[in-house]
Amino acid sequence: MCLILSDCPGTQSEQAGKTSSCQGCPNQKNCASGATKAPDPAIAEIGAKLSTVKHKILVLSGKGGVGKSTFSAHLAHALANDGTKEVALLDVDICGPSIPRIMGLEGEQVHQSGSGWSPVYVEENLAVMSIGFLLSSPDDAVIWRGPKKNGMIKQFLRDVDWGDLDYLIVDTPPGTSDEHLSIVQYLSSTHVDGAVIITTPQEVALQDVRKEIRFCQKVKLPIIGVVENMSGFVCPSCKNTSQIFPPTSGGAERMCENLKLPLLGKVPLDPRIARSCDEGKSFLNEVPDSPAAKAYHSIVQSIQDYCSNRVTDEQSTD
Amino acid sequence: MEQNNDGSLSQVRHVVLVLSGKGGVGKSTITTELALALRHAGKKVGILDVDLCGPSIPRMLCVGRPDVHQCDSGWVPVYTDAQKSLALMSIGFLLEDPDEAVVWRGPKKNAMIGQFVSDVAWGELDVLLVDTPPGTSDEHLSVLENLKKHRVDGAILVTTPQAVSTGDVRREITFCKKTGVRILGIVENMSGFVCPHCSECSNIFSKGGGEELAKLTGSMFLGSVPLDPLLSKSIEEGKDFTESFPDSATFRAISSICRTLLNSLETA
Repeated sequence: MCLILSDCPGTQSEQAGKTSSCQGCPNQKNCASGATKAPDPAIAEIGAKLSTVKHKILVLSGKGGVGKSTFSAHLAHALANDGTKEVALLDVDICGPSIPRIMGLEGEQVHQSGSGWSPVYVEENLAVMSIGFLLSSPDDAVIWRGPKKNGMIKQFLRDVDWGDLDYLIVDTPPGTSDEHLSIVQYLSSTHVDGAVIITTPQEVALQDVRKEIRFCQKVKLPIIGVVENMSGFVCPSCKNTSQIFPPTSGGAERMCENLKLPLLGKVPLDPRIARSCDEGKSFLNEVPDSPAAKAYHSIVQSIQDYCSNRVTDEQSTD
Repeated sequence: MEQNNDGSLSQVRHVVLVLSGKGGVGKSTITTELALALRHAGKKVGILDVDLCGPSIPRMLCVGRPDVHQCDSGWVPVYTDAQKSLALMSIGFLLEDPDEAVVWRGPKKNAMIGQFVSDVAWGELDVLLVDTPPGTSDEHLSVLENLKKHRVDGAILVTTPQAVSTGDVRREITFCKKTGVRILGIVENMSGFVCPHCSECSNIFSKGGGEELAKLTGSMFLGSVPLDPLLSKSIEEGKDFTESFPDSATFRAISSICRTLLNSLETA
């Protein structure tokens, strides 16, 4: 399949094979005939591959830099603290993969095994996959347009040897574009528990986050709840709280009230979080008694409860 | 009438991209503040917001959601003042509902950006700042493809101090090198927070990463902008901080970055 054409309208589009940029593409005839509009066979293959994954959670935000990767990484650490659970973290931020550094896995490479790519393990029960593991240098830029990014995400889901998992956490880039549509589409034959939406308190962030919520509604992705990150800063010297990113429009709390969504919790700004992420350590282990760590644990508990309730709901309706 | 091949950008003297591999580091904030500082320095400035999925500039400049009008030479940008010294174009203006998600794949975004770059009647500008979304993908390639028919002076890279952010910005530097875009310099944003209660400085997102990155990659370091709740607040309210807080350290930092930028543009 031709995934490199720069202005490819997408093989599933009505315009497939018909636009001026399709001229000369080896796939043009195939696209124009309508054959490619049939559902991608990869969707069924991914469904089969992930049938041994109990819970799938997406971490989303319309806005960049609000802490999606930090949250995803710490959600994975917290869930994997229970040694009986198998947890995996998939980073689909193709152009800006932060997960390798935050998980302390910079420089690691993916290995090929008989049953596909092997993820990189932080601990025995915590597997990680990111495009960062496929790059040879930290300067490598992934300058790809949508179709190529989509192909990569498909491979991550279909060709990685995930094994039996209790939780698969998917960290996403900001926005509502190729990566997001693809992950939802590719997971459509599996059961996705839902999305955790991350925001910061200011309206400039919330206005993008509301778009992401609208996206979830459009693609019928359930929302587990909203996390407000970088919520207030307690000065380590005088203990007074400052609102560095002020909730001028009422923050996540007011947004959740208006949109009738659960607010899972607020995580304060703590310089130790950024430092732990840079050093690739879990700050939940580094500073377990900090207010931020406590907020995290309570949010993780709510997510676990949500997932197990969903299982019971389904069993009772079956 | 004389036809000009440069089209809508023919009277734009300098085009500067604001880039960062990382989201939420303050690209739009720095773009807005630089635009205000440039205007303060007597320049005519334009901002083109190509962040299609998350346009922030309209709110930061408090222009609301005006209708965009057409004239003979294209779309008329939105002016923030009566003197027409700050012009703005953003996809935010073209959406019916501000909460509506722009759920577009690459090809549609590329078509939109092509129009944005070629069809806005900017008129005469000293500097056009192009605010971009995070990453190195469709928007970036398309905006460059379209701008290169005219000219691109270079790019300002924005980062926050922590390694997680400078790591993504290193990739953006590679992007600039591969696409032949000159790097005008690196700005470190959210650099230190001075507690308003006790004046203790906390490095919430670590410290010094921007300057280190500049050294490592042989780029100019344009300066660091501290975390300043007054700045966040003025951004939230769409106020001109050059008027509200002319004495703040943030204002001094941004004015100095603005001067360095102008020098670099005029000597190039």
